[in-house]
Amino acid sequence: MNASVVMFLVFIAITLWITWWAARKNTGSNAYFAAGRSLTAWQNGIAVAGDYMSAASFLGIAGIIAFQGYDGFMYSVGWLVAYLTVLLIVAEPLRNAGKYTMADVLAYRLSPRPVRAMGALSTLTVSTFYMIAQMVGAGALVSLLLKGTGITFQSAVIVIGILMIVYVVFGGMLATTWVQIIKAILLMSGTILLSVLVMKHFGFSFSAFFQAISQVSYHDAAGNLITQDFLQPGLRYKPPYGALDLISLGMALIFGTAGLPHILVRFYTVPDARTARKSVVWAMVIIGCFYILTTFLGFGAATIVGRDFISRNGGTNMSAPLLAQALAGDLFFAFISAIAFATILAVVAGLTISASTSFAHDFWTNVLHHGRERAPGEEVRVARVTAFVVGAISITIAILLGPNANVAFLVALAFAVAASANLPVIVLSLFWRRFNTAGAVGGLATGLLSSLILILLSPSIMKANALFPLENPGIISIPLGFLGAVLGTLLTREPHAEEKFTELNVRATTGLGAEKAGGH
Amino acid sequence: MAQENQDLTPITGAATDVAPLGRHAEKPAHELTSDEDVDVADWDRVAAMAEFRQLVAGKRRFIVPATIFFVVYYFALPLLVGYAPALMAKKVWGVVNVAYLFALSQFFMAWILAGLYVRAAGRFDEMARNILKKLSGEKLKGGRAQ
Repeated sequence: MNASVVMFLVFIAITLWITWWAARKNTGSNAYFAAGRSLTAWQNGIAVAGDYMSAASFLGIAGIIAFQGYDGFMYSVGWLVAYLTVLLIVAEPLRNAGKYTMADVLAYRLSPRPVRAMGALSTLTVSTFYMIAQMVGAGALVSLLLKGTGITFQSAVIVIGILMIVYVVFGGMLATTWVQIIKAILLMSGTILLSVLVMKHFGFSFSAFFQAISQVSYHDAAGNLITQDFLQPGLRYKPPYGALDLISLGMALIFGTAGLPHILVRFYTVPDARTARKSVVWAMVIIGCFYILTTFLGFGAATIVGRDFISRNGGTNMSAPLLAQALAGDLFFAFISAIAFATILAVVAGLTISASTSFAHDFWTNVLHHGRERAPGEEVRVARVTAFVVGAISITIAILLGPNANVAFLVALAFAVAASANLPVIVLSLFWRRFNTAGAVGGLATGLLSSLILILLSPSIMKANALFPLENPGIISIPLGFLGAVLGTLLTREPHAEEKFTELNVRATTGLGAEKAGGH
Repeated sequence: MAQENQDLTPITGAATDVAPLGRHAEKPAHELTSDEDVDVADWDRVAAMAEFRQLVAGKRRFIVPATIFFVVYYFALPLLVGYAPALMAKKVWGVVNVAYLFALSQFFMAWILAGLYVRAAGRFDEMARNILKKLSGEKLKGGRAQ
């Protein structure tokens, strides 16, 4: 075992201990309902940022910029602007109405069983896609750290994946606010430090830095030396379909965030809509600063480490850790790797818990067994089994995709599914009186199916024989999701749902009755 | 309590964790449907109040144009990058091109729009508070009369 592995383990142990300690300290507040009310806007804002910035943001964007320059930066832009959708359209009505998950919003005035069932399936799918990317990131990270011991990417994903799921399921790390806050702070500090070191490398001269970016050299697959201006668009998104793909990606990013199950629940944790709004703004400040800094991570890796070296040492997702190694040696490399790993673990915890409880509670108990648990502890057992199934599926797909699948790209697929299935029904349920159960089920089903089918037919799965030319399905599947919701609604009538719209509208606008939701 | 400790999100029960599993007691408030959560207010009357209509209209006056603006501003970026590559490749500051500066401007656009919204929303909060105050005032009066 070399020094960086030891240091990595030490950093991980310290991080786990801090999060355990912080979570413990917070025990005084009995159940989660009561505890939720005590969060301030900035605490919740940092937690939103922590939940949001997964391996995709840190490892993925750095890698995609290091390999394809400017086009990768488009991920950073979309992922921040997405918060305007959350801020202007979704966060406040959700908090005002006192709703916690997407299923809660839909079940309020629609028929609860079908919408909870579809909502749970959609949550499960989005979480699984998100999880695949975290598994790829974790596998690549661990196989790079243990390079030389002969461990393969496959075995790293299997071992680390199973360990993470076991750890989360049996209560090691909880998706608590404090874990996310600590993680966000660690990630921000690591990123700022790396950025400063990149600028130091260029003598704190922006013009020297950008000069280097405009002349990045690497060898292509055929072994020819290529020198390119990495600030020019078009290195990833090439004609004839590049422009459409870029728009498709943009749609998935800015409409997907407001449909992510683990982000939506964060607005139930603050006292009122005003605090929900302020916490989104706090999150936007932190997330925005982070994504601007991806300029230094990504272009820094492209210029200082270089594509050739990264390709030989773990591939695209390892750009940020390798940059740390190149700038400040093995200790800093171990530190940055530990931060990346803690990030992955915290996101895996959040995803596992939201996916498995949504399935156990909404699908198993409420839909299959009419809201009654047949035996004590059944829901918990079902949730645990679900967590292992989701884990096994993501591990398998992660292995099939291999270490060179960029994790930012993979997470963007989760956003496409969320934007196609979840966002249309959330928005229509909040703002369209006529919307009904058939519309919700239709919208969720068409959004989910169309995005999944288009991903299967895309170049990332079918390679050269792809039937669908775009790597992100958003441009087709998001309109289809809306279409399914509208058609389903117009084909049926549900007077009860229409009658109750006034009630939902008054609640969502004024917050009337929401204090009752907080009273538990 | 023993029941809660079996939970996937146990003891800490921190703020944002998903609803504890295996509950046998009553539903938490956020899961209630409109039929289960009744008698909070006379919804139709609130919806007909002039103050409520003003609030809805005021919100709409800000949110609709703001949403259209940010969607147009944002999609201008991939559209121009995709369909006007020559313009976007133009170098304006050393080697830094229009494409990068436009992408960077999106961050500031998002922050400024968020700031403007927070300012406008202060007014909406005030209006919503007045509606709630008026309603609770009426309830009190009604109570005394009985």
